[in-house]
Amino acid sequence: MENEQSNILNEVTGGEYKYGFFSDVATDFIPKGLSEEVVRIISAKKEEPEFMLEFRLKAFRHWQTMKMPEWAHLIVPKINYQDIIFYAAPRQQAKLNSLDEVDPELKATFDQLGIPLDEQKHLAGVAVDAVIDSVSIKTTFKEALSEQGIIFCSMSEAVKEHPDLVKKYIGSVVPYTDNYFATLNSAVFSDGSFCYIPKGVRCPMELSTYFRINAANTGQFERTLLIADDNAYVSYLEGCTAPMRDENQLHAAVVELVALEGAEIKYSTVQNWYPGDKNGKGGIFNFVTKRGICKGNNSKISWTQVETGSAITWKYPSCILRGDNSYGEFYSVAVTNNHQQADTGTKMIHIGKNTRSRIVSKGISAGKSNNSYRGLVKVLKNAENARNHSQCDSLLLGSSCGAHTFPYLEVDNQSAIVEHEATTSKIGEDQIFYCNQRGISTEDAVGLIVNGYAREVLNQLPMEFAVEAQKLLQISLEGSVG
Amino acid sequence: MLQIKNLHAKIGDKEILKGINLEVKAGEIHAIMGPNGSGKSTLAGVLTGREFIEVTQGEIIYEGKNLLELSPEERAREGVFLSFQYPVEIPGVSMVNFMKTAVNEMRKHKGLPAMPAGDFLKLMREKQQFVEMEGKLTGRSVNEGFSGGEKKKNEIFQMAMLNPKLSILDETDSGLDIDALRIVATGVNKLKTAENATVVITHYQRLLDYIVPDIIHVLYDGRIVKTAGKELALELEEKGYDWIKKESAEL
Repeated sequence: MENEQSNILNEVTGGEYKYGFFSDVATDFIPKGLSEEVVRIISAKKEEPEFMLEFRLKAFRHWQTMKMPEWAHLIVPKINYQDIIFYAAPRQQAKLNSLDEVDPELKATFDQLGIPLDEQKHLAGVAVDAVIDSVSIKTTFKEALSEQGIIFCSMSEAVKEHPDLVKKYIGSVVPYTDNYFATLNSAVFSDGSFCYIPKGVRCPMELSTYFRINAANTGQFERTLLIADDNAYVSYLEGCTAPMRDENQLHAAVVELVALEGAEIKYSTVQNWYPGDKNGKGGIFNFVTKRGICKGNNSKISWTQVETGSAITWKYPSCILRGDNSYGEFYSVAVTNNHQQADTGTKMIHIGKNTRSRIVSKGISAGKSNNSYRGLVKVLKNAENARNHSQCDSLLLGSSCGAHTFPYLEVDNQSAIVEHEATTSKIGEDQIFYCNQRGISTEDAVGLIVNGYAREVLNQLPMEFAVEAQKLLQISLEGSVG
Repeated sequence: MLQIKNLHAKIGDKEILKGINLEVKAGEIHAIMGPNGSGKSTLAGVLTGREFIEVTQGEIIYEGKNLLELSPEERAREGVFLSFQYPVEIPGVSMVNFMKTAVNEMRKHKGLPAMPAGDFLKLMREKQQFVEMEGKLTGRSVNEGFSGGEKKKNEIFQMAMLNPKLSILDETDSGLDIDALRIVATGVNKLKTAENATVVITHYQRLLDYIVPDIIHVLYDGRIVKTAGKELALELEEKGYDWIKKESAEL
């Protein structure tokens, strides 16, 4: 019986990674390794203004004094930074005037990923910035958006064309000294998306960035900066995939969000980097720093993440609630299968008065994986009437996986109300059998149960992506219960 | 429709069923009664393919097929339905989604295309009337937060939706008040046709006032020790199971 169960388990967890292909495009590399010289080359390749190079160099010098953090519940193999290529770009014309100039192989790549770069073919109401390895290939709907004063472009372009905005906000939420990986990113970041929504404008479409690692031996270090000016609103989504390779690849991104007075930013992630094979070989190391600041009063930042990929995930999208009455949210579903490890959660820093935050975290572990929630709720002295509600649930599939919860609370104001709820459950054999008895196969039953469990989070995603995310959950766990 | 021959089954090291013989024909209602621990629910488990029960001997032929070779979901798709004694809660999975998946699996098995959403919702509305649950299921998760009575009604609702050939009702009367019992029983009776069959598993005679069986079997210590017409239920109600135990001990 035990055997039969583990057979079913193997079948369900045996889902194939669909995005593991490699595109053969001509690519410009710089030599392997990391040095001040490499930082200068990257900056020069991007024709950056002086302030940007300065920022990078300060970060690089600082990084050399830092050590890799070890507090996470992760086992991370030693990373040799001299063995990584820090800049790889598909070779193409410097500036694209129309879609026809995009390398057809690249277009085909994004088509295969279900992200057509052709605006006509694209999902209605979604603008896309497509980033491959170190550079942005194409941003759709740029012109339509600019009519409302919305800037949506690649980071490289923003550095050149909107240096004042970049200079003002880059590093303002995640300083270059922040942490090991954020500092590394600050030194070598290659591209990413930039978005500015002017005062009082509600962005009429979903903005999204699609990240793709393609070249071998490279790392991806993108940097995203979103600014919503007074009373502006934007909903933004990022997705990511990578080819299947035996070696691990490093992805160390930084995302900074700035919400000014009355502004609202909704940031959703569907992370599906290559998780490695069944035996834990290969896969992306995903070390990401994401942080938003509710700078103005009555502002709101909402993080939603569906994390199914990567060999290792280390990620804590956070909110600094500085404005009075500001509101931070974090909705997360993190799935780990086979040998994947995830240590993820959030930080809610209450600084302003009447600030509120809500955390809903749903961990799902299968195979031999380990899944940890790590969260900090911090209420500072002047944060009168701060409120937080955290709910952290873990779902276990099978008996070889682990779920862990590390909630930290630091409350320095007597008027705060902070609540934490946590549950751990297993997908019951009884639940599966109940579905079987209604004609539903075990695999479909797992999909139903897991999606039911994650529903509160999936409901937060924009409609177009919720369905995709549901499928993704099911595929990630294909084969995992008995 | 169903023939059980010399069925032996164990859970762990314990033999629970010790040679069951039973034949159920289309159009019949059978009741299986017996004291606690006699093997009634185990029999339901074997018929539906619960993994933790091991069949050691005997065979089950259902519609000409060897039932024991089919997986639980294949049995369900072939028309074997179990009304659970303890219906399971599945948080976050809506009844609509759950039933839609189940109905379409059944249709796929029959080579039919998925049911259009409009037709499906209409069917759901219609079948809810069977158990007087109009409008009470949409928007709710499977059995989550249902009262005991609602859970049992929900089982019969699902039976109405899936239109099985062989329905096994495992202690469907347990935990029901008299009104709910009447509703559930009326639902079952309405679903009765000359083509399908029902096996009612129950400890008490009460349910059999509403769902009148053609044949009653008494299960005791893993064997069917008595088979008779519906009047047997009344006798059991009056005299309890002790005389059966005594009789079977004497055999």
